[in-house]
Amino acid sequence: MHYFSKIGGACFGTTGMSICSILSGLVLSLCSNSVIAEELKPDRSRVSPKGVHSFSQPAANMPLMRRLDFSVGNSFFRNPWVAAPASTDARDGLGPLFNTNACQNCHIKDGRGHLPHGDSDNAVSLLLRLNVAGAKDIPMDAPNKADPIYGGQLQDFALPGLAAEGQISIRYEEKTIELADGSQRQLRKPIFSIRDLAYGPLHEHTTISARIAPAMVGLGLLEAIPKTRLRALADPEDRDQDGISGRINAVWDIKKQSLQAGRFGWKAGQPSLEQQNAGAFNGDMGIRSSLFPNENCTTRQKACADMAERGDLKKLEVSDNILEQITFYTRNLAVPKRRKPNDKEVVAGEAIFERLGCSGCHTPEHNTAEDYPLSWLAASRIAPYTDLLLHDMGPELADDSQEFIAQGNEWRTPPLWGLGMIREVNGVEALLHDGRARDAEEAILWHGGEGAQANARYRQLNKSEREQLLAFLYDL
Amino acid sequence: MFFKSRCVVALSVCAASLFSAQTLAEKPSAESVVQHYSDLAHAIYEDSLLTAQQLQVAIDEFLSKPSAEGLLSAKAAWKAARVPYQQSEVFRFGNPVVDDWEGQLNAWPLDEGLIDYVEQGSYQAELGNVGANANIIANTSLQLGANTLDTQKLTPELLASLNELGGSEANVATGYHAIEFLLWGQDLNGTAPGAGSRPFTDFIAGDACTGGACERRREYLRASSQLLIDDLQYMVKQWDKTVADNYRAELLAMSAKRGLSRMLFGMGSLSLGELAGERLKVALEANSPEDEHDCFSDNTHYSHFYNGLGIRNVYTGEYQRSDGRRLSGPGIMALLVTKDETLANNVLSSMNKSQASLQKLVDSAERKDSPEAFDQLIAEGNTRGAKLINASIQDLVAQTQQIELAAKSLGIDNLNPDNADHDF
Repeated sequence: MHYFSKIGGACFGTTGMSICSILSGLVLSLCSNSVIAEELKPDRSRVSPKGVHSFSQPAANMPLMRRLDFSVGNSFFRNPWVAAPASTDARDGLGPLFNTNACQNCHIKDGRGHLPHGDSDNAVSLLLRLNVAGAKDIPMDAPNKADPIYGGQLQDFALPGLAAEGQISIRYEEKTIELADGSQRQLRKPIFSIRDLAYGPLHEHTTISARIAPAMVGLGLLEAIPKTRLRALADPEDRDQDGISGRINAVWDIKKQSLQAGRFGWKAGQPSLEQQNAGAFNGDMGIRSSLFPNENCTTRQKACADMAERGDLKKLEVSDNILEQITFYTRNLAVPKRRKPNDKEVVAGEAIFERLGCSGCHTPEHNTAEDYPLSWLAASRIAPYTDLLLHDMGPELADDSQEFIAQGNEWRTPPLWGLGMIREVNGVEALLHDGRARDAEEAILWHGGEGAQANARYRQLNKSEREQLLAFLYDL
Repeated sequence: MFFKSRCVVALSVCAASLFSAQTLAEKPSAESVVQHYSDLAHAIYEDSLLTAQQLQVAIDEFLSKPSAEGLLSAKAAWKAARVPYQQSEVFRFGNPVVDDWEGQLNAWPLDEGLIDYVEQGSYQAELGNVGANANIIANTSLQLGANTLDTQKLTPELLASLNELGGSEANVATGYHAIEFLLWGQDLNGTAPGAGSRPFTDFIAGDACTGGACERRREYLRASSQLLIDDLQYMVKQWDKTVADNYRAELLAMSAKRGLSRMLFGMGSLSLGELAGERLKVALEANSPEDEHDCFSDNTHYSHFYNGLGIRNVYTGEYQRSDGRRLSGPGIMALLVTKDETLANNVLSSMNKSQASLQKLVDSAERKDSPEAFDQLIAEGNTRGAKLINASIQDLVAQTQQIELAAKSLGIDNLNPDNADHDF
């Protein structure tokens, strides 16, 4: 029963409502929300799946007149940025150092990135974060102590005349897992290293954290979950003793000049979509904005700074106007509708999801804020299956990388909506932060720390129960 | 150019004739409007097919004896084929059968390095795009990650399978723009005057071949024009009233309100998101010929104009066929006039206004003295060009507002694709 008291959101589900009313005498404070729930509209933003384009559609209830902004945002998200100066004036400013030249190259078809398919493939849709482990005296507005030479991220491309910082090498450690019924699973763990370092060695305590680009759908709705809701879900001391202690990341909000709840990124290191986007422009493409006005060269990379100075440093490379359009686009990419939510197997799988405790972190439902600026996304009942909180995921997934209060073993619960469409859009799934899990089952089997108990329970399931759970997950 | 003067005249004439005809005619039913819409779609796709077949004839003639004149007439045939096709795009949004199909015919922008040789440094390909420098024409196999793809025989099927290779939308191997690139070559003039100028010798088999692999370039051009015809034949069938189980039958079996919703959603989406947004505003804001719709041929002005005309066709129910015949029947206007005559006229005026603005883009590109094509109008600092394009954008926005009002008046409150799939 404690799952329901933990998630709260179940009060708003169609099935949850009845449970909610039964429990109303026991957990009155949580279920009083159901009064508000009646005034909420269901989430009408979701769209019918559309094959490989399933992650590329605007919210179904976005006003038609806003398609102009959506299209403009889409084009700046999709089309490659070029080196300045160029005839493509509004899209110049790439580099000097960068990981890629267009958002879409990592968020492939507005979906996920992947690990390279073999030696001859590139590593464009993943990146490596760098930070000095165990560093002290980190300023309030910095996520961590970046590598003194290479900065917070390895850029594996550079404009002509400048050396790329290095190249990503990957090897895999394989291991075999045995489930309770004796069947076996092969897991792979990617081990990342950097070759061809062009600016000298890394700091001796610099750690490497690989990040796969996640799918872009439903982000506006996640942004619209009220902060009060996150606070209600957070349980840093694990007072309810369910073994799950979600923490809200406290991250620097550049516009507000204060610490705010983190929501976006694998460690919830960004407070808003706008800042997430501007940060990606800067870190991944070397593009300056009003939020990130400096090139991503460190003080030790003089050639990079010199090259940047040859351009017009007074002029922002992505204007506020275009950043706003891109942010509008990313707020409105819609989550595909579920295909068979009433299928018997799927419904059975949903019950197993609850029983295993998955919903302890993958919170099924939330209500979006009434005052979210995009009215069509406001005051809606949504089902992202995340609490946006940080959880200890155990040593196997830990990477010693810090991001504000998030420690190496802590990761933000990724939303599960859209999970079942990833393979159709992207060909492969590449789940978890470094893309190691080739399907949802492997992702479950990697869960440690606060997720260890759910993982252990999963391994006890028989074959048909496992299939039911996966049928549910892939229906999301 | 050919259609220019005729269109301007046609607009005013048909505005007047429609009006009197409709006030006298008996009230059309919503069902008859959706049915006429299907007839319109069929006629427009049939014209697209006929002009594509003429293009194929011109290409075959050119390839049988490559010459500068032969290339010119193939280019002229390509431009003529765009006239009906661009008018067909209003059917794309709202009708899944078209939307799911059209990428193979009209996807853009494309990384031309996928198809053929390119001038190094002439444009920025997508990083990580495995196809960006694949040069299918020069290579009989492609290495893609761990897989090797056999491209020895350039069949329509093979080319179709290479679209969106590796998940990149810029990998466009087929359709009008691939053929356009083969006929014109890269436009290396940026925002300065001039279109692509591929030498006809790129298609000479044997020693006089320029650009290398001429045999394969010829094969590529043949295969891509054949695929275009195959695809258009499929779509003509989808709207053919003599076929029992096609999309037309499916559409007509739905409630008329659902049909109207698809029609209006298609008009609004093309008007605003696609034409005003992707094709005008994006190109203007980026100042980039890379965002120009018909960037190799510099035929963009006509593409835009006929997109706009296509929207108007659905509204008025009128369409001028490629052979000059006129198809007319009850459009949305005929239905609206019975509900709200003032609104019906306002919608038409808004469409006439946007047509006039788009006509100015045509005039600018086609005038004899120092013409300015679309890729010059979007150049940074060309304030006159920006003004012209912005006028089109504003008129299309205003027109879309009118389309929304028309929808409301017909009982459709929220135009969106998913509503278009469900009853209200």
